[in-house]
Amino acid sequence: MLAGERLACLRSHRLIFAELSFRVGRGEVLVLTGRNGSGKSSLIRMMAGLLPPFDGRLLRDGRPVQEDPGGHRADLAYVGHLDGIKLPLTVAANLSFWAAADHHGAAGAGVEKALATWGLAPLAQMPARYLSAGQRRRLALARLLVSCRRLWLLDEPTVALDAASVDTLGQLVQQHRADGGAAVVATHAALPISDCTELSLDGFAAPMEDTIG
Amino acid sequence: MTAVLRAWIRLVRRDVRLGLSAGSDAAAALVFFIVTTALFPLGIGPEANLLARIAAGVLWVAALLANLLSMERLFATDYEDGTLDLLVLSPLPLELVALAKVAAHWLITGLPLLLIAPLMGALLGLPGPAFGTLGLALVLGTPSLSLLGGIGAALVLGTRRGGVLLALLILPLFVPVLIFAVSAIDAAAAGLTVRPHLLLLASVLALTVTCGPIACAAALRQAVR
Repeated sequence: MLAGERLACLRSHRLIFAELSFRVGRGEVLVLTGRNGSGKSSLIRMMAGLLPPFDGRLLRDGRPVQEDPGGHRADLAYVGHLDGIKLPLTVAANLSFWAAADHHGAAGAGVEKALATWGLAPLAQMPARYLSAGQRRRLALARLLVSCRRLWLLDEPTVALDAASVDTLGQLVQQHRADGGAAVVATHAALPISDCTELSLDGFAAPMEDTIG
Repeated sequence: MTAVLRAWIRLVRRDVRLGLSAGSDAAAALVFFIVTTALFPLGIGPEANLLARIAAGVLWVAALLANLLSMERLFATDYEDGTLDLLVLSPLPLELVALAKVAAHWLITGLPLLLIAPLMGALLGLPGPAFGTLGLALVLGTPSLSLLGGIGAALVLGTRRGGVLLALLILPLFVPVLIFAVSAIDAAAAGLTVRPHLLLLASVLALTVTCGPIACAAALRQAVR
C-alpha cells in the first residue's frame, strides 16, 4: 500500500535519518519505535505528504506519491501530536466537520457511532473546551472512524489515554486491518496489537557530526 | 463541483462561527478603526475644511491598519492546534481552504468596518457626493486587503514576533489599494469621474482573488513542513 525507499529526513541542517526503507501492505501494522528525536514524527509526516523527503522516494501502490498527491491524501487519516480540536465548538460539531470535510459532505450518521465507540456520546453537546486531555485525544482518534481511510498514520496515539481507551484503540486497529486497511503507529508504549512489524528508527540515525549546509 | 462548493461554504461558516465566538479579534479591529479615525479631529482641531480634505485618506489608512491588526491570527490558531495539518490533508484544495479562511475573516472584520465607515466619514465631514464612492471603494478594496494580508499571515506562521514582520511584508503591498481608493473618493468629492479609479481598484481585486490564494497555499504548505 505504502512504501518508502531510502528515505532521508533533513531538519534545520541536521540529518535526522537516512537510507530508511519500509513497506506497509494491506492488513499490516507497522510500529515505529526509537528514542526521542529519532524522527518518528517526521517519518509519519513524510508518509502523510506534509513533509517532502530530503532524499529517497515514497511509493503508493508502486507509484510515486507525487504523481497523485490528491489520491494519496484521500487514502490516509493522520492523527498527530496536536488534536486539531476547536475548543468553542461542541464535541459533535468538531467531529461532524471532519466527517463532512473528509467525504465532501456524504457522511454524518457515522458521527454518533464514532462518539459512542470512544465513550464520548454523553458529552456530544458539550463544548470541547471542557474535555480532559485524554478525552480530547479520544475525540481526535474518533476522526479515524468517520473518515474511513485505508491507511492510518498515528503519531503517539496513546499519550494521555487511559488503559481502557488503549484497549479500544488496539481493537479498532485490529478491526481496521481485518477490513483490509493498514496502520503506521509511532509509539513508546506497548500496544495491544498482535503480529505487527516493528521498525526501530535508531538504526537509521545519522551520526551527530554529519551536518549539512 | 457542488460538493467542493459545499465543503467551501461549510469551512467559511465554521470559521465565521469560531471568529464570532472568539469575539475579541473582530471587535478589536472595528474598535481600532473607530478610535483612530475619531482621534484625527481631536489631534488636528475642528477645521472642517482640512478634515474634509483628508477624510478619505484617514479612513483608508485606519481601515488598512485595522485589517493588518486582525490579520496576524488568521492562520495562527489553526497552526497551533493542529487544524492546519488536517486542512492541508483534506480533500478540499488548499487554495480554496485559504480563500475560505480569508472570506470568513473579511465577513467578520471587513464587513462591519464597511458598515461603520459612512458614520466615521460623516464625523470627519466627508463631502456629501463622496459617500457612495467611499462605500464602493471599500467593497472593492477591503477584500484585496484581506487577501494580501492572508499571504503575509501564512508567510509569518511559526516565526516569533510575526506581527512586526507581517507589517513590514504587507504594508507595501497595500499601497496600490490605498492610492486607487483614496483617489476615487477624492475624485467623487471634487465632482470628477470616479470610474477609472474604481476600475483600477477592481483590477487589483481580480488579481488578488486569483493569485492571492495560490501564494497563500504555497506559504501554508511550507509552514506545515
